[in-house]
Amino acid sequence: MELLLGQVFNGFSVASLYLLAALGLALSFGLMRVINMAHGEMLMIGGYLAYLTLQVVPGPWRLVAALPVAFVGAALFGALIHVVLIRRLSARPLDTLLATWGLSLILQQGARSLFGAIGVEVTAPAWLDGGISVLGIELPAVRLFIIGVAIAVLAGLALLLSRTRIGLLVRAVNQDRMMAAATGIDAGRVDLVVFALGTGIAGLAGVMLALLGPVTPTVGQSYIVPAFLVVVMGGLGSIRGTVAAAVILGLVGSLAQISVDASVAQVLMLVFVILFIQIRPEGVVANKSRALDV
Amino acid sequence: MIYRFLLGCAVLASVPAHAATPVKVGVLQSLTGTMAISEVTVKNAELMAIDEINAKGGVMGRPILAIVEDGGSDPATFAQKAGKLIQSNGVATVFGGWTSASRKAMLPVFQRAKGLLWYPVQFEGNECSPNIMYTGAQPNQQILPALRWATAEGYKNYFLIGSDYVFPRTANLILKKRIGQAKLGVAGEEYVPLGGTDFSAVIAKVRAAKPDIIFSTLNGDSNVAFFKQMAAAGMTSAKLPVMSFSIAEQEAQAMGPALVNGSYAVWNYFQSLPTAENKAFVAAYKKKYGARAAITDPMVHGYANVYLWKAAVEKAGSFEPEKVRKAAVSMAAIPSPMGPIKMAPNQSLVQRAYVGKLQPDGQFKVVSQLAGMIAPLPYDALAFPGKSCKPI
Repeated sequence: MELLLGQVFNGFSVASLYLLAALGLALSFGLMRVINMAHGEMLMIGGYLAYLTLQVVPGPWRLVAALPVAFVGAALFGALIHVVLIRRLSARPLDTLLATWGLSLILQQGARSLFGAIGVEVTAPAWLDGGISVLGIELPAVRLFIIGVAIAVLAGLALLLSRTRIGLLVRAVNQDRMMAAATGIDAGRVDLVVFALGTGIAGLAGVMLALLGPVTPTVGQSYIVPAFLVVVMGGLGSIRGTVAAAVILGLVGSLAQISVDASVAQVLMLVFVILFIQIRPEGVVANKSRALDV
Repeated sequence: MIYRFLLGCAVLASVPAHAATPVKVGVLQSLTGTMAISEVTVKNAELMAIDEINAKGGVMGRPILAIVEDGGSDPATFAQKAGKLIQSNGVATVFGGWTSASRKAMLPVFQRAKGLLWYPVQFEGNECSPNIMYTGAQPNQQILPALRWATAEGYKNYFLIGSDYVFPRTANLILKKRIGQAKLGVAGEEYVPLGGTDFSAVIAKVRAAKPDIIFSTLNGDSNVAFFKQMAAAGMTSAKLPVMSFSIAEQEAQAMGPALVNGSYAVWNYFQSLPTAENKAFVAAYKKKYGARAAITDPMVHGYANVYLWKAAVEKAGSFEPEKVRKAAVSMAAIPSPMGPIKMAPNQSLVQRAYVGKLQPDGQFKVVSQLAGMIAPLPYDALAFPGKSCKPI
């Protein structure tokens, strides 16, 4: 029983990481039909930016400083990728796939040359040590923090899309790009903002990963496959579906680990997604117009 | 390829067996990719031994010419480069390899060419080729001494955690048999994919199983994630000790000694060994490669391998691999930073095992020196009954 409850909690904890890693992918696919193979490297950049911030900023709250640095840093990098690569290839989706994959390799090797093949350490601050005990299970503070950040990001994104002018523009472009452009909306700039926002969220995800493990040149790779699974299963481009799929996959993976080990659980998760897609090809949230629903 | 082969023949034919002609040897480690962090330092140690020998007049009066190749952390590349070293470069022997996958990929190459590979890393045993000298610890020189020490310390319930590949699986197979035989308990056995960083479920299971000690065969980045998440879950080394089989001084330094402080390891060599040979070796290495360099068991095995090969060549009076390996298993012990070492007839090393406890400075303090010299056994009697190593 304790193990079951503990694994449900762990499922939500893993789901919040999947969600942070997948949101950016879902955003850019929903709006631009662009699959960014270098998305995992945005996580990596976020992780390294957190590491660098912690080298420079003193004091117990330096992790809080690392969050905006990683977000803005990764977002700027995303904007750069969009301007020099994605926008120029927007009419050729397959080429985008190859180009961003190449970029992913370049970024990994770049990180290896800059920081070395072995990981760098981001030490969790003292206020994230320990945890709280609920119903006899120990909830580590670090994991509660990650769940909190995921919820905050989600709420922020929902507010942005539903309540702000930029959100209105994003929804307009998403519903009908030609018509939106005809009314004077600069669709290219909307694309740029959404892409940068997505990579910024990935940067935040990188900071979260750094709290759990080392930051290595390949740190993004271990989360990019689950992130793609989440996006596919969620119904391509749907935010609500992405959230649902992240929670489902997080729970499936964690609950499977009650009876099998992590390697087998990963296989079971893949089998689950394949079966799910067979039965419901449109994903958790069917979205005929492919609109970015909130 | 044919061109290369012809070139190789031409080089061989044109080199007369002249006394001052250098003898070529291969040094084949991963200089790029994920394994580079560990293997570059082994390459350094091997080259240092070669330089030292050359400074003292070489082997049988001939200087050694090292040809360094990059295995690229990829087994197929290891096999290809091994073939290149033997066929195109005509090397007398090769020093190299780290992962079991790289060794298994090179094995058929050395068998076909009747070459000789000096392999410096602890491994899972269950293999015995006449064309490989296995000087790293066999299971009975690292894993079983660890179990013997833990049993003597009174630990009764063991949790086995490993990365999912051949070494942890085989090591845990042997451990389970031995733990069962000693009427002790296996609290759990868990594997995570190589490089995996999510230990939430594993830690929940450890908490539920309440073991006395964890035996970890995790490798690489997973170690950092594991220790970090254990600490976050309130399970520090002081509360639940961890015995790791893939953490040496260099890994501890890279992970940050604070994170792994107090955890245990068993190796045949620790940088902190107080012998005169070791102090001289450590000083020489630091002089050559920098004062901050950490020195590990596989590096010292790589270094010692070059000296073992030199001694065997001089005993055989020949560079012929077949004669060298026969001389190697019948020669007397030679000194090394880990103490006197001697090859057993099964082409592995007779050596000591030390239990070390990690200190805040990233060095191990030897807490137990186990029962003298241990003869190597590639096949555990309980896990692989009836199998034995027949040197040809």
